Amino acid sequence: MPEQFIWGLEVLLNGLMAGVLYALVALGFVLIYKASGIFNFAQGVMALFAALTLVGIMDGQVPFAHLINSIFGTEIHHFGWHVPAFLAILLTMVVMVALAWAVNKFVFKHLVNQEPIILFMATIGLAYFLEGFGDIMWGSDIKKLDVGLPQGINGVIDEATYQILGYGFFIDNLDLFATAIAAALVFTLIVFAQYTKQGRAMRAVADDHQAALSVGISLNFIWVMVWSLAGFVALVAGIMWGTKSGVQFSLSLIALKALPVLMLGGFTSIPGAIVGGLLIGMGEKLFEFAIGSAIGGATENWFAYVLALLFLVFRPQGLFGEKIIERV
Amino acid sequence: MKMKLFGAAMAAVMAAGPALADLKIVDTSYRTGPYAANGIPFSDGYQDYFTLLNERDGGIGGEMVNLVECETGYNTEKGVECYEATKGDDSLVYQPLSTGITYQLIPKATADGIPLHTMGYGRTSAKNGKVFEWVFNYPANYWDGASHAITHILNENNGDISGKTIALVYHNSAYGKEPIRTLEELSKKHGFNLTLLPVDHPGQEQKSQWLQIRREQPDNVIMWGWGVMNQVAIQEAVNIRYPMENFIGIWWSGSENDVKAAGDRANGYKALTFHNLGSDYPIYADIQKYVVDAGKAAGAGDQVGTVLYNRGMYAAMLAAEAIKTAQEIHGTSAITPAMMRDGMENLSMTEEKMAALGLPNFGPEFDVSCENHGGNGFGAVSQWNAEAGEFVLITDYYQSDQEVIQALVAEDSQAFAAENGIEMRCQ
Repeated sequence: MPEQFIWGLEVLLNGLMAGVLYALVALGFVLIYKASGIFNFAQGVMALFAALTLVGIMDGQVPFAHLINSIFGTEIHHFGWHVPAFLAILLTMVVMVALAWAVNKFVFKHLVNQEPIILFMATIGLAYFLEGFGDIMWGSDIKKLDVGLPQGINGVIDEATYQILGYGFFIDNLDLFATAIAAALVFTLIVFAQYTKQGRAMRAVADDHQAALSVGISLNFIWVMVWSLAGFVALVAGIMWGTKSGVQFSLSLIALKALPVLMLGGFTSIPGAIVGGLLIGMGEKLFEFAIGSAIGGATENWFAYVLALLFLVFRPQGLFGEKIIERV
Repeated sequence: MKMKLFGAAMAAVMAAGPALADLKIVDTSYRTGPYAANGIPFSDGYQDYFTLLNERDGGIGGEMVNLVECETGYNTEKGVECYEATKGDDSLVYQPLSTGITYQLIPKATADGIPLHTMGYGRTSAKNGKVFEWVFNYPANYWDGASHAITHILNENNGDISGKTIALVYHNSAYGKEPIRTLEELSKKHGFNLTLLPVDHPGQEQKSQWLQIRREQPDNVIMWGWGVMNQVAIQEAVNIRYPMENFIGIWWSGSENDVKAAGDRANGYKALTFHNLGSDYPIYADIQKYVVDAGKAAGAGDQVGTVLYNRGMYAAMLAAEAIKTAQEIHGTSAITPAMMRDGMENLSMTEEKMAALGLPNFGPEFDVSCENHGGNGFGAVSQWNAEAGEFVLITDYYQSDQEVIQALVAEDSQAFAAENGIEMRCQ
């Protein structure tokens, strides 16, 4: 088999894996947009905040330590204990639920029936607030995140592909794990939306707020629930990306990777986020491999958007988005 | 009555405003945003050194230093705003700490007559003092760094790297592209093959670049990264089992922050530096006593001795020495920015001077002159010791390839002079 083809196959597989990581971020956007029509600009920062909180809890860091020390002249930084990863994840989820409640109580409750652009602007404000809040709460140093996820080359795939193709493929164990997590997450979310009372209520709210209200569904409860779910997805994305690069403030920029995925997969479809992620990941990596070096490289960022725009031309609502029907 | 009110208001404003000192130093820092983890230790080191001079020595030459901090968020527009907002009242020198901000400030500072010190970053050809009267980039610049990396690889290969392949993984920006021209010249001179691998900002996703490195197995990888790009690159190198001792980063890719995420497996990673590392210097006892313990540290005091803290402190030390030189030249303690420029242009850093400051062997010896604003181009290589949790210097300071660098500096700076109608100085 020609060398280029084998390498291309390796690139394709890695592109699919990268796409899963993009999709994890995109899922959070989809959940909130689907249920409330809000494009949540703060989703990337939520991933950062969740990861910061997780590391902070695991390391026994005292929240707001700098602030407390500068006001009271104390020198406290750590509680002196270490929380196991699983428990820390649960506690972080509690924080994310509290955040969801606070966001609805103090921001969106007051903006019901406002124009979508107003809600969008509110999420921009929320993003900046949350970034600063996370900084004050946990500090801005780069934190190592280790929740026990495997990392590095998968030896089995390396060996197997070497035996078959004469070239061992590189597949990162973390990417494999992320794929499994993403699959489980999507399956759970679909089952939740289709077969649970709360899930059906969420879909009802997504279809028509006022009709849902008229049959006794609490809009507040659904919104808190959806923001909590988005917080959970943000936590998962934060763990995956934070394990790769350490937990740091540039983690919030992963949202940029989710935008072309949303454009391609549609803003309202959970499977769309996954398929969109896979197409973007695969497309950008193959383009970089085949053509990138001939035109100076570093094509991935812009090519992802070009790919998404191409899809938009033919299907403005995205691959899986709800069809836009305008009745006159 | 109106006059009384006006007088009271003025008194209140004056009482509430900052104390007007004679030596105004602006610290354009970034303690927020994606690069805060790097901006904080540098700024802490920069400020703590001046605080030490104020607290221990009563300032410099009897004049207290008035430190003004301005947050840029590593954002070029905000950096320019900081400059415009603080340049009054005889700000003596700016350390923009960003190549983007530096490029914007070069024409402004030149017009305003305020010196810039862009230590190890910024416009490399500013080394030519004949063209760039107000810009200084001593003790080393990016092109020196590229040459240092190649010299180190040469030394490890008994002086022969012909036929070898060296890959440059770089931030796809003006900063990241800086070493390319130098490396191309050096590849012609030494016969190695150069592979260029750009990484888009911010650099969180580098799978394509590292798959290519895994396929092509270059003998060495040089990195020109910043922020998250560094951590991801080192992690990816670990993932593909690239030998860390063959992986060398520029000085902005060589702090504790960069290797932390990869953990023990980053052991052996190398980075260039133009100053020494660690906290085993007499000055740290003074910083602890007069600054940290006295509750006057710029930050939490937890960055003391880190690579970037040392760099910030070194930058402040060079600024303070330039102030002393200016005071000597002009016979006055209250110097102006123009006098500061003279001090910088006549700065001479000797081992004797550094030892007296409590920083023996902390940086290379160098001289600045009217023609040479970049020092002598000395640098060294450090290596990450994961077990000890520190970068350790593994070479002596050595000079960059002046034959190549000087020609490039002359070419670039003369082109800039021609474009901007600048008349050569130092004739």
